[in-house]
Amino acid sequence: MAQSSAGQTLLKRSFRRKRLRENAAGLFFISPWLIGFLLLMFGPMVFSLGISFTEWNMVGSPKFIGLENYAHMFTSDPFYFKSMIVTFKYVFIMVPLQVVFAILIAVLLNRATYGIKFFRSIFYLPSLIQGVTLALIFSWMLNDDFGPVNYMLELVGLPRVHWLTDPNVALYALIFIALWGVGSPMVLYLSALRSVSSEYYEAADIDGAGPVRKFFNITIPLITPTILFNILTSLISAFQTIVLAFVLTGGGPANSTYFYSLHVYRNAFTHFKMGYASAMAWVMFILIVLLTGLVLASSKYWVHYEDDGGGR
Amino acid sequence: MHALESKKRTQTVLVFALTVLCAAAFLFPIAWMLSTAVKAPEDIFTAKPELIPTNWQLHNFADAWKAQPFGRFLLNTLIVVGVSTPFAMLSATMVAFGFARINFWGRNALFLFVIGTMVIPWDVTAIPLYIQYNKMGLINTLWPMILPGAFGSAFFIFLARQFIMGVPRDLDEAAEIDGCNRWQIYWSIILPLCRPIVVVIGVFHFVWCWNEFLTPLIFINDQSMYTLPLGINLFKNAFNIEYEKLMAVSCLSVLFPATLFYFTQNLILGGISLSGVKK
Repeated sequence: MAQSSAGQTLLKRSFRRKRLRENAAGLFFISPWLIGFLLLMFGPMVFSLGISFTEWNMVGSPKFIGLENYAHMFTSDPFYFKSMIVTFKYVFIMVPLQVVFAILIAVLLNRATYGIKFFRSIFYLPSLIQGVTLALIFSWMLNDDFGPVNYMLELVGLPRVHWLTDPNVALYALIFIALWGVGSPMVLYLSALRSVSSEYYEAADIDGAGPVRKFFNITIPLITPTILFNILTSLISAFQTIVLAFVLTGGGPANSTYFYSLHVYRNAFTHFKMGYASAMAWVMFILIVLLTGLVLASSKYWVHYEDDGGGR
Repeated sequence: MHALESKKRTQTVLVFALTVLCAAAFLFPIAWMLSTAVKAPEDIFTAKPELIPTNWQLHNFADAWKAQPFGRFLLNTLIVVGVSTPFAMLSATMVAFGFARINFWGRNALFLFVIGTMVIPWDVTAIPLYIQYNKMGLINTLWPMILPGAFGSAFFIFLARQFIMGVPRDLDEAAEIDGCNRWQIYWSIILPLCRPIVVVIGVFHFVWCWNEFLTPLIFINDQSMYTLPLGINLFKNAFNIEYEKLMAVSCLSVLFPATLFYFTQNLILGGISLSGVKK
């Protein structure tokens, strides 16, 4: 009796020691991320939340003003809602278009037989070009008077478009340019398509399904995890978009491309209103969290995981 | 049977034609970049832009390179990429191994947290980081560009974890029986098997680092510490844009990542396949 209980304690102790070792090993392996997070994210986030309740121009010491920054953006900043609307428009047009384009090109490339390596590189090439460079190439291509795009429009008898100088067009021009960077999600879709087992298609062939039905009933459901991943990443990055507008339009014409992030950047690094810029950044953070949460919550209705078991 | 075969053939031709058409659209801006890079300034602003210039100015490349200290900018970029890429590859796989293979306390919640950090906008951390780097004396050094990627970014940790989860656990167990400790399992079993995903991380990280504009824009004021993207942006001054020089340097700077992608694309496509090692 006594012996068995001693054995149990011994067993328990060795079990506990094993758990401890497991925890230590886990901590060790994730330590690079942990250090990076504490050093470059957690501290700065706490600090940023703190100064969002202050008025601060980086020179003196921050002056606590409570929720005034937050009140200011919703009540008396004329550019706040303007920039919010610009950003939302950009996100909700750009993200779906990018998903659709990336999938279509990936499907095309997955079926192409000749020069696959060559074509893959071509579609990926624009994503390899620096955002600044891409923006500047397009600033030249879309030039009102000398740009080749307007020249071609004229050749086929269409009127010239003031791509970057007409407030009704500029945002769409930026979306158009951003779509050139479809290469990264395209590569992810392509590898997803390649891992779809051909058995599904063979079975569908036997059932006499056409290519369209196969696409919507087999291909799309099987790549939904990749679609979810791409929607999330492009949603998050589209919300923070700034480079195109920064380089190409500077937010103009008539503030039609004045993105939220540009507004934050200007307030922080041009006007040195650090408190106000931080408050705006936090509102954006909360918005992104809510939106990604919404997409994630919806995903259980449309994302299929192959290894779910049961399901199929 | 014959009809089916000819239908298949038409399909192949159709797919090919469509691919060429799309590729042309994608190539068009790049063709313009190349064409503008070899034009004389007076041939750029013409009413009838021509894709193939009549008057080739190959010296534009050398002129543009010398117009600003691009050798220095290239060196800075190479240092940033060269230092941070190996760390990015190592840290992402190491962290991913922890999440995929070790049953530590709170691991699932922590992993969700890692993914959650992707949601944090650069705007939130930029201001405090500026102050922090300033206090540490790192403004106008290359460190603000090197550090963030080196500790393992969420996107890469996610990809690597997916990959490692596809590696059969039997391998770990066999190694454990042979007396390997955790580090040895990671270092000599999992990491070698992770080669495809390590290549993916390396190439993606390389390209992102190479192209990063915002980070140096915020943390670098001293021109001698500029990276290529900031250097290229110098051709766009307040009064005019020197298109031919700008395009020439752009062509040169895209050469590195483009070559890298061309030669690693098969590895990349194999690496991302989220199912991991085929059993």
